[in-house]
Amino acid sequence: MWTLIQIELFKIFRRPRTYIAFAAITGLIGIIQFGLKLDGDAYVDFMMRDITSSITVEGKILNGYQVCYVVLQVLLVHVPLLIALVAADMISGEANMGTLRFMLTRPISRTKFLLAKFMATVAYTLLLLVWLAVLALFVNMILFGTDDLFLLKSQYVVLLKKDDIFWRYVWAFGFAALAMTTVASLGFLFSLFAENSIGPIVATMSVIIFFTILSTLNIPVFNKIKPFLFTTHMIGWKEFFDIKVNDANEAIIGSIQNPQKIINSALVLVLHIAGFVTASVIVFRKKDILS
Amino acid sequence: MRRVILLLITCHLALTAFSQDMTALVLKVKAKLDMVNDYEAEGRMKTDVAFIKAPIGKVRVFYKKPNKFRLKKDGGISLLPKGGVSVNMNSIFATTDFVALAAGEAVISGTKTRVVKLLPVNENSDIVLTTMYIEESNLLVRKMVTTTRENGTYEMELTYGQFAQYGLPDKVVFGFNTKDYKLPKGITLEFDDNEKQLTDAEKLKNKKGRVEITYTNYQINKGISDSVFK
Repeated sequence: MWTLIQIELFKIFRRPRTYIAFAAITGLIGIIQFGLKLDGDAYVDFMMRDITSSITVEGKILNGYQVCYVVLQVLLVHVPLLIALVAADMISGEANMGTLRFMLTRPISRTKFLLAKFMATVAYTLLLLVWLAVLALFVNMILFGTDDLFLLKSQYVVLLKKDDIFWRYVWAFGFAALAMTTVASLGFLFSLFAENSIGPIVATMSVIIFFTILSTLNIPVFNKIKPFLFTTHMIGWKEFFDIKVNDANEAIIGSIQNPQKIINSALVLVLHIAGFVTASVIVFRKKDILS
Repeated sequence: MRRVILLLITCHLALTAFSQDMTALVLKVKAKLDMVNDYEAEGRMKTDVAFIKAPIGKVRVFYKKPNKFRLKKDGGISLLPKGGVSVNMNSIFATTDFVALAAGEAVISGTKTRVVKLLPVNENSDIVLTTMYIEESNLLVRKMVTTTRENGTYEMELTYGQFAQYGLPDKVVFGFNTKDYKLPKGITLEFDDNEKQLTDAEKLKNKKGRVEITYTNYQINKGISDSVFK
């Protein structure tokens, strides 16, 4: 199995299309870093204007942890589209090149073959997340330094102490990896139904955009279906950056406001992954390879 | 006619004597505070505002006569009421240009106090009115309500311990007004629907904030450089 995965990883990283996502993330984060380094104070003043009418906030608000949070808020909505570029090409790409039939003449089961491709897709997704973490977190910690994290939510603000932040990011990136794997498994499933990669890539992107719009629109009729959409749960990583308070309104260091919400979201995402992969296996085992 | 004039003179003398007592009381408190040329203290600061979740932070407080005051957090980000924490007792007593009027008595935390209204003579002063609740026996200010021109009204409640002889509190509770806080969800990228509907009591609570500073380890009259206050 490991040899199969290695072969699939080699095929993924041999294609130039694979590096589009890495380049896009590098460029986007670079632009955000450049902009904030140049004009970060104005950005902070803009964000803080509501609260500074009655509270003076002193300290290094624009630090590496803050910039990383800004980057994640922006990128984790758009990175799924970049993952679809590779995930939705995994089977349809082989079919398009005419190598799928040849691959299946080897003495390995279809299930094993498919799972090896899926594991390679997951590895690619995780590598992309690691690259995002390196640029968004570690590079920003070097460029902007570290300090407390001051977060503006819609109804309240959260101040996290410097020593209480890094572990939250580790878990947040782990959760993001789960969310991105869900997207990868959807793209992988769509890839089975075409012999050209464009269709599955566009279909995956369309589903993500459609579900994201449903998840974000605050219309009562959509509220019933929101809990079942994986896009609703993909932003669960933000829950790691909310903290509990005791009866005296003192923040409890090391706590998470709503850990059950994170667990529920993770379970929904795992169920989606399991469902998409199971469906992929069922479809592929019965599929006639005509290309 | 003679009796009316006598009565009027007696009333005038009584009133004059009464107001002089308040100025004398205030000056006695000032004289006690004037024993302190400078101090540095460590403290723990707790921010208690309904819409802020913040941990307790360590702070260092510096004061130098006549009215230099600085509060520094030991690293990290600090949240302070706008313009308010610099309104401290020593800076209010820095000026002698005030009118002190008696306003009765009150009990603060079980201690009987004289209520004194201080009106600054200087029309351009940022402080418009200060109401002090002074424990006469120990010459300690137990509570102070200050109205400023730019930053609204603040309350300070002071609790004393081992540094009472210098008029330096162990704990100061600073109360201030806050504005409602709300940001559009489109800016904060929050898309869940569990927005909490606030009750009237909670909305009222949102309009008030408190900062509690518990002081320890005062270092009094050891000398402090002016560069600390820059």
